[in-house]
Amino acid sequence: MKLLIKGGRVIDPANKVDRVSDILVESGRIKKVSSNIKAGTSKVKTIDASGKVVTPGLIDMHVHLREPGMEDEETIASGTRAAARGGVTSVVCMANTNPVIDNQAQVDFILLKAKDEGVVNVFLVGGVTKGLRGEELSEIGELKGAGVVAISDDGNPIMNTQIMRQALEYAKMFELPVISHCEDLNLSRGGAMNEGYMSTVLGLKGIPKEAEEIMVARDLRLARMTGGLLHIAHVSTAGSVDLIRGAKRNGIKVTCETAPHYFTLTEEAVSSFDTNTKMCPPLRTRDDVQAIREGLADGTIDCISSDHAPHLDVEKDQEYALAPFGIIGLETILPLIVTELVDKNVLVLSEAIAKMSVNPARILGLNRGTLSQGSVADITIIDLDLAKTIDDKFASKSKNSPFIGRRLNGFAVATIVEGEVVTQG
Amino acid sequence: MDPKRIVMDKEEMARAIKRMAREIIEKARGAKDLAFIGIQTRGVYLAQRLAKEIVKAEKGKIPIGILDITLYRDDLTNIARQPVVKETDIPFDITDKRVVLIDDVLFAGRTIRAALDAIIDFGRPKSIQLAVLIDRGHRELPIQADFVGKSTTTTLAEEVLVRMEEADDIDQVMLIGKEG
Amino acid sequence: MPLKSKDLLGLESMDASEIGLILDTARPMKEIFTRSVKKVPTLRGKTVVNLFYEPSTRTRTSFELAAKRLSADTLNISVRDSSVVKGESLIDTAKTLEAMNADFVIIRHSMSGAPHLMARHAKFSVINAGDGAHAHPTQGLLDMFTIREKLGRIEGVKVLIVGDILHSRVARSNIWGLTKLGAEVSVAGPATLIPPQIERLGVKVCYRIDDVIGDMDVIYMLRIQLERQRERLFPSLREYTKLYGIDMARLRLAKPNVLIMHPGPMNRGVEISSEVADSMSSVICEQVTNGIAVRMAVLYLLGRGG
Repeated sequence: MKLLIKGGRVIDPANKVDRVSDILVESGRIKKVSSNIKAGTSKVKTIDASGKVVTPGLIDMHVHLREPGMEDEETIASGTRAAARGGVTSVVCMANTNPVIDNQAQVDFILLKAKDEGVVNVFLVGGVTKGLRGEELSEIGELKGAGVVAISDDGNPIMNTQIMRQALEYAKMFELPVISHCEDLNLSRGGAMNEGYMSTVLGLKGIPKEAEEIMVARDLRLARMTGGLLHIAHVSTAGSVDLIRGAKRNGIKVTCETAPHYFTLTEEAVSSFDTNTKMCPPLRTRDDVQAIREGLADGTIDCISSDHAPHLDVEKDQEYALAPFGIIGLETILPLIVTELVDKNVLVLSEAIAKMSVNPARILGLNRGTLSQGSVADITIIDLDLAKTIDDKFASKSKNSPFIGRRLNGFAVATIVEGEVVTQG
Repeated sequence: MDPKRIVMDKEEMARAIKRMAREIIEKARGAKDLAFIGIQTRGVYLAQRLAKEIVKAEKGKIPIGILDITLYRDDLTNIARQPVVKETDIPFDITDKRVVLIDDVLFAGRTIRAALDAIIDFGRPKSIQLAVLIDRGHRELPIQADFVGKSTTTTLAEEVLVRMEEADDIDQVMLIGKEG
Repeated sequence: MPLKSKDLLGLESMDASEIGLILDTARPMKEIFTRSVKKVPTLRGKTVVNLFYEPSTRTRTSFELAAKRLSADTLNISVRDSSVVKGESLIDTAKTLEAMNADFVIIRHSMSGAPHLMARHAKFSVINAGDGAHAHPTQGLLDMFTIREKLGRIEGVKVLIVGDILHSRVARSNIWGLTKLGAEVSVAGPATLIPPQIERLGVKVCYRIDDVIGDMDVIYMLRIQLERQRERLFPSLREYTKLYGIDMARLRLAKPNVLIMHPGPMNRGVEISSEVADSMSSVICEQVTNGIAVRMAVLYLLGRGG
């Protein structure tokens, strides 16, 4: 089966490509990228991509798929469908399921299920510690053998500095990045939103920025000490961006990501007590939003990922302090990048695409994220001008998004995984 | 088309008040045990003027109470305007007194019904009579005034506007036709 | 509607004219208390529910009396003896009360935002009787009413609020209301009990009462909760009392006609000495009386729209 994508603006940051081109796909791989490809006589499906942007399939490196254990909220099937609808061809799934992914059997189960029921690629992150309890390292070698692409206790920080040190040292042997959820639990305990003016006004306990920044500083020192592969998850404050920028300048091996809500929303969104504004780390101030944008622009922040965290209505429809943290994001990450970063001249399009293609692929050692000849044909076709008001009809099983009602543009119009068109239109 | 008609001017008002004061005293056979309760707002001014006439004639002071009936209304949900609750002050015991309830205009009778409910909560008067400056007809309840300054026929489309110097710098009663 | 919303959730979103309307309406309500029949038929047949997730005798009875004096039917639900303890969610409770055709639900809850959650899911009027550390609007209103009654105005009045501002919904509501009506508000307390960026609400912060007490027209003492000492937010009650409590010696530093206020219940001997509580400067009892009048005004104004 051949697939021909005609006339789109092909953006492939890995190969520094940004021009109108055709792409020919055969047997699930990219056969050729050049202008005016003639498809030949055999059966060819043609997609007219004129006026659209064609990119490597987007990689969302921070997603919670909730299976096993919380299938009401999301399953591998529904989560990957949400990814496809959002233009994401690879999801990197975190370990905090129930039971957690801290051994080979769990990894095998999920990879098998993903093969059967997933509609996009599923890559796994294994737990750093057993049960994500932060006490004992899990069998990281075994996890690597089973196929995880990184380790993380995300959901939880690793409070014990000695354990975090050992994790960085040990994982280095397997070239596994350690994705760190930076939060000092003693500073954040009981907090429901950013500590500052809004938390004072609303009478809610706050989570100070220092809860994140202190752990970022700690992890950066450990990275320097151990030479391990540190990746900092969901960066949300100006202070964190500064610390990471300084560390990179000093040659420390660190990478990091942020999520769309941290460059779009501020703590002011909490004023209505809408629990879809509650996530961890919390929404911060305008200065932090500005710093995140600058960090993306100057390369301090390598990746953008959604931290897709589904929760049911019945869980979220509670008093703010009791509601669980987290929002979904697979179906809004791309349009938020286009509307809030590209259209506002924070990033040019190819820089933005790099944050969800070549960069995460490089960090996690995935053979994806490019449109090089011979590579796996994961492709996303984007209509930059397609504008929609986000409604509550998501492919995800959950609807916990603060962007419902917001008008965005830049949606995926086709998502192609291994040469197969998964969604179109 | 001039939709306004003057029903009472300053002189007529003064004469009517004088006459009503005499009627009140006649019917009560003296000022003993009399007490006036004026309904906010112009009923209060009316009560004060009537009391003054009686002081002139009888040389006896009549206690005056002020009553706001907003909290006793039966049509609260229908009022479009601000529900401003004004002062109520009845600084005497009304039990065994002969109360004269005083208002500027008698119309449907609902204001008076509300006032009766309020008065009963204050005590048990010997009797309650009603004095109004203008009776414009169109009663919705079986209420009648014992003392009337002037009766005038009106249509439901018209509005009676009572102005008194204490608040409006003129003494006048006007009939206004609603614009079609 | 005379008030912009069907609910009273906080003073932050109200403008000065709405607040003024409530205070003006409370005055004639107060007159009713002096009659022998302390009742008017205004809310006859309406159902007022007190839904208290936190214990409170004072506020609950104040609302109950306010409703009864307006001839409404009242119902008291306190969490301990209801299905809420069995884990019924706030939204389900709201639906249950709606199915019973409640007209007003007065809710006190330990978490900020609970009344807002309820108001979103119900047609009845929700009155916030205190939600977490966020707001206690009727307390703010009755405090302003008291100040206006005693001093004749609120504009330009210098008010000092003393105590655990961090956890205090009373302080927040007073700050919103008083600043909207033009008072000059200062707060004082241990630094560990002053919330971040409180100056942005238009108040001055100070840590030593004696420096500012001579300037103040009103000194408002907040109750200090023993749990806070257990959370190690200040070293001891003794030290707290010494630095931030008001006793006769401190009272003498204030203006002779200063008003001493307290939302109650008082910790006599901790934030306020018995002598001060019972002194001529204290208007604490009048706050209680005014509380009923203000709550009647709120019920009346919310109820009018039907």
